Amino acid sequence: MVKKFIQRGYIFLVLAFLYAPILLLVVYSFNASKEIGTWSTEWNFSLYEMLFSNEKILKAVYNTLILAFVSATIATVLGTVGAIGTFYSKKKVQKLMGGATQIPVISAEIVTALSLAMIFVFLGFYRTWASLIIAHVVICFPFVYLNVLPKLKQLNPNLYEAGLDLGATPTKALFSIILPEILPGVFSGFMLAVTMSLDDYIVTTFTKPTTLDTISTYTYNAYAKGGANTSVPALRALSTIIFVVVISVVIINNVRVNRKANSR
Amino acid sequence: MRALKFSRKHLGIPYALFLLIFVILPLLLIAYYAFTDSNGAFTLKNFTQFFKSPTNLTVLVRSFGIAFLSTVLCLLIGYPVAYILARSSMKKSSVLLLLFILPMWINFVLRTAAMKELLYLLGAYKSGDMNYFNTIVGMVYDYLPVTILPLYTVLSKLDKNLLEASSDLGAKPLYTFINTTLPLSMPGIASAITMVFLPTTTSYVISDTLGNSKVTIIGKLIENKFNSGTAGSWNAGSAIALVLLLFIFATMFISGKFQNEDDSSARGSGLW
Repeated sequence: MVKKFIQRGYIFLVLAFLYAPILLLVVYSFNASKEIGTWSTEWNFSLYEMLFSNEKILKAVYNTLILAFVSATIATVLGTVGAIGTFYSKKKVQKLMGGATQIPVISAEIVTALSLAMIFVFLGFYRTWASLIIAHVVICFPFVYLNVLPKLKQLNPNLYEAGLDLGATPTKALFSIILPEILPGVFSGFMLAVTMSLDDYIVTTFTKPTTLDTISTYTYNAYAKGGANTSVPALRALSTIIFVVVISVVIINNVRVNRKANSR
Repeated sequence: MRALKFSRKHLGIPYALFLLIFVILPLLLIAYYAFTDSNGAFTLKNFTQFFKSPTNLTVLVRSFGIAFLSTVLCLLIGYPVAYILARSSMKKSSVLLLLFILPMWINFVLRTAAMKELLYLLGAYKSGDMNYFNTIVGMVYDYLPVTILPLYTVLSKLDKNLLEASSDLGAKPLYTFINTTLPLSMPGIASAITMVFLPTTTSYVISDTLGNSKVTIIGKLIENKFNSGTAGSWNAGSAIALVLLLFIFATMFISGKFQNEDDSSARGSGLW
């Protein structure tokens, strides 16, 4: 009994630690006070008005979303193509390409960022949208690859052969036999890629066009340079919106997964 | 004619090309810069200068210190959480686990900024000498979900019969934990360490934001070299990056002994 109580208390404490900062921002995003710590009895949406009239932040949000969507899409195609190509190659090739794919995952972000900046200088398109997108593809595609590979291992190898024997071209067999089977892996790889891209700061700041901002770089510049309380109040409203969106997406995804598990 | 026919493994060719240009070649460039000066002549100066400078060595030791403390704290706080979750009923534990890893989806710069606001409210910036403390709090806050996930994965797969056998044979709960549960959860601990220790030595976003740019770690050192316009600074930065890279491969090699093949994807698995 006492043990249960202690366990519950502990779980609650750690959750409080994880959620206190975010909830603080949520509460203060609706308060008329512009500074955390000074409390106003009035509640309003003034910070949201500030957010939606701050063109720099809105542009940063737009850039972040476009970047995440485009780079995750490219990373998904690349990672899937790579996983299929690697899986059906010789063992030696498999090992080599699998190892190379792991590099961006295990390497420190700062090393990846520096190395990418150098290759873009070398290739002559440093600090452009192209360099930014390719950089994000590099940090995202291994996660697609790693999500697709297990699905290929589960696949019955005879299905593809059967398709060919029944007269399908290799391309047709690939799209109508292999792809549908590995689709769940492709999907979770894509979602993971989006998450990685949205979250990134270091690689972005090393490869982005100088005047371009994402949510990460904008927030970093607002908070890291300067004194104790350099908060940009409108970012509180943005954090709250992101928090609500994240919770909704996660709940929807969970309901979807649970329903699938129940229907089996 | 046969050789020209499309086959599945041909898909590997564009992929290999991409790997070559954007993964392998960039690393070779780092090595090239690290061993040359600003004129492109071979030199070891970048390394000797790094290891001769007391400031750099202080940064190195400090980074490892901060990372070590953060990792230990993450494990000490995260292990009991994973342990309790793994032993509670299935339905409850999956909801709770979701609560613990949910913060991973929120932009981590925004999360770090949120922590700064909270610490500010609590008065942690009043004296101005708590920059290290605040940095470590931020590191633990940001990496705790990353720690809990692999620990939970390993602990929830643990064969309950082994634990029962241990207690049937007369072992006290603490003895069972130390001699059965803990050794069996080593793969989870190893992957948690690699997922926390490496990023915390280099993720200068947290040390800049929460340490008010007064806490310099290795990642920041590389960024400074990268942004300073002086000749040869990219060479010096590459040398540090190369040292870091060798350190990473060494760590991977050591921790790889504890992990099984599929664990490398653990950083992402379970998220979606």
